[in-house]
Amino acid sequence: MGKIEDLEVINGEGYQLTSLDKAVALARSNSVWPLPFATSCCGIEFMATMGSTYDLSRFGMERMSFTPRQTDLLIVAGTISKKLAPVLQKVYEQMAEPKWVLSVGACASSGGIFDTYSVLQGIDRIIPVDVYVPGCPPRPEQIIDGVINIHKLVKHEPMRRRYSEEYRHLLDTYEIEITNSEHDK
Amino acid sequence: MEHTDNLITLSNGQVLSKETIDGDIATINFGPTHPATHGIFQNILTVDGEKILTSVQTVGYIHRAFEKLAERRPYNQITPITDRLNYCSSPINNLGWHMTVEKLLQVEVPKRVQYMRVIIMELARIADHLICDSIIGVDTGALTSFFYPFYEREKIYELYEEICGARLTTNLGRIGGFDKDFTPVFHQKLKEFLKTFPKAFEEWNGMLERNRIFMDRTRGAGPISAERALAYGFTGPNLRAAGVDYDVRVMHPYSSYEDFDFTIPVGVNGDTYDRFMVRQEEIRQSLRIIHQAYNNLPEGPFHADIPEFFLPDKKDVYNNMEALIYHFKIVMGESEVPVGEVYHSVEGGNGELGYYLISDGGRAPYRLQFRRPCFIYYQAYPEMISGANISDAVVTLSSINVIAGELDA
Amino acid sequence: MTNNELLDALHEHLGTKLIASEVLFDTLVIEVSATEAYGVIEFLKNDSALSFNFLTLIGAVHYPEEKGRELCVVYHMHSWKNAIRLRIKSYLPQENPSIKSLTPLFDGANWQERETFDFFGVKFEGHPNLTRILNMDDMDYHPMLKQYHLEDETREDKDDRFFGR
Repeated sequence: MGKIEDLEVINGEGYQLTSLDKAVALARSNSVWPLPFATSCCGIEFMATMGSTYDLSRFGMERMSFTPRQTDLLIVAGTISKKLAPVLQKVYEQMAEPKWVLSVGACASSGGIFDTYSVLQGIDRIIPVDVYVPGCPPRPEQIIDGVINIHKLVKHEPMRRRYSEEYRHLLDTYEIEITNSEHDK
Repeated sequence: MEHTDNLITLSNGQVLSKETIDGDIATINFGPTHPATHGIFQNILTVDGEKILTSVQTVGYIHRAFEKLAERRPYNQITPITDRLNYCSSPINNLGWHMTVEKLLQVEVPKRVQYMRVIIMELARIADHLICDSIIGVDTGALTSFFYPFYEREKIYELYEEICGARLTTNLGRIGGFDKDFTPVFHQKLKEFLKTFPKAFEEWNGMLERNRIFMDRTRGAGPISAERALAYGFTGPNLRAAGVDYDVRVMHPYSSYEDFDFTIPVGVNGDTYDRFMVRQEEIRQSLRIIHQAYNNLPEGPFHADIPEFFLPDKKDVYNNMEALIYHFKIVMGESEVPVGEVYHSVEGGNGELGYYLISDGGRAPYRLQFRRPCFIYYQAYPEMISGANISDAVVTLSSINVIAGELDA
Repeated sequence: MTNNELLDALHEHLGTKLIASEVLFDTLVIEVSATEAYGVIEFLKNDSALSFNFLTLIGAVHYPEEKGRELCVVYHMHSWKNAIRLRIKSYLPQENPSIKSLTPLFDGANWQERETFDFFGVKFEGHPNLTRILNMDDMDYHPMLKQYHLEDETREDKDDRFFGR
């Protein structure tokens, strides 16, 4: 991760000068649309976070989309069992770049209290995760903290990161195919 | 699916002739990730246009092996697992488990504990029904009906936090009672809740109960008759909406429910509108029970006198040898449990939640089986939606309140 | 109706089919053989005086030490007319455990028997679709049997020494 800098602009008479990366990142970070992949108890706490007491839409997450094509953030809240793992990987693959993953709860982060034969011990075994929110279930304030950390990541992400060798190597370790036209060259 | 001349054989073996079919037959995958399946389960629907012909279900996407996990853990460490069954009303699961162990130990808890348990269980029932009914509203398109009840649920969460410190998965109470009495803050918050909740509830209810669109969508959607419901083993609000007034609190009263005066609402058709109305009325009846229990709360100890299972006071642990030994044994999970088997059931948010416990005298149960109402009544879903539209299937699924944690365990 | 009255009525109607009975903690528990279980439950359901109209739960228990009687299938019945519960047990051997399915009598037995098959391997004859329900379809063992561990043996991220196993 590079240094955290504020959005630097040079103001002029009727114009502002900044870099395209920073402008695009600012726009992206304030309008992240999530896909709530809520399986169990953490899903109910996520619903409470969406409610009016701990309103999540004031952070730009107004529209909860359930179709992967139209979202930026995959929020996995709840236990993922081994039976559901292929479904989760498929949903992740269907999302369009750039995409981030927030793992809410102990079960999604590491299997939680269920160290059993049927539970996947953490979703980072099948998809790359950006932010983990521990808790069982985490309080809405913690989920909001996780979302703010995602916003920080989005705000400082260079635009060419998704085409870099490092990112491609990361996805290769999870055996996730990249269907991006730039990589076919 | 095979086509031979005039006949089509569907995936469940049903044979139809081509004249009965209006459009084309399509296979639609409804779930497991779908905004309207509240939980993770899959239905593969075979539809003729919009009309559903058959449906094949796959469950087990959140199977967490509770029953095998319970054979590993001592009795007081199983309470967090029971939380995660029907996590919308977890105090009922916790207190039901404690009552099962108390039945095995043949311990009678004081009257005050029983009234305290009733207050908490009825609060949990209100919380569960609030979620279910708000989601029925959301599935018919009324997104506002989601925000009103969730604001009220926050007040119930604050009450839970006063007792046990957690909001959703409460791990509430101890075997034999509670770890501390109701605090003054709890009394004040409960009085506040009882004063403000009825008005807020009626305001939200008024948005949906006689709403033309809501009634048109839900009346006649997903009906089931009383005979079919009984054959499938339905219990709880789904059975009461079909017209049968079976309630575990009345037939086999536990925890002093026989002291209270409440009615059991019963529906007529067993369709979605009846299930909605039965749950709304049950919320009102639960409020009535809470009023009675709170106004007549008897004085007395807040736990039974079972030093082998109930942690002693810290000052006794530091000064008294026996208390120290009991503390050590309880925390290590080495308390002596009698040999035997017992079945106890409570009226959960979805019906008769049963615990079948077999103990062989060891530190963990030999076998613990949960009778999960969701698992038993979800079998009837294909029958409830056959011949209906896809939108009816969506509303029916949210009205029968299938909680994935309880479905798969 | 009390447990004693129920036991007397069962002795009268079932005779030698009733192998054993005892009252455990407030419920009458009877044992019948695996071949008679379906007939006994059908009689209990249809009899107008006893009227056990509701099937509460079907489950199984594994006793690896009792040779020849390792798997015990347990049926919990409930009579609403008399407000009384009854537990019926049938013992099956581990090799080829098979018992007649209750699906013709109670539709609700369908998934419960599938779950018992999935976890213990008990085969129910006459069941319309006896396949795995909660576990993955390609699992080749029955997990609730006592000889299998709770944890997934192939996991490498958790060290058993720290978890007290």
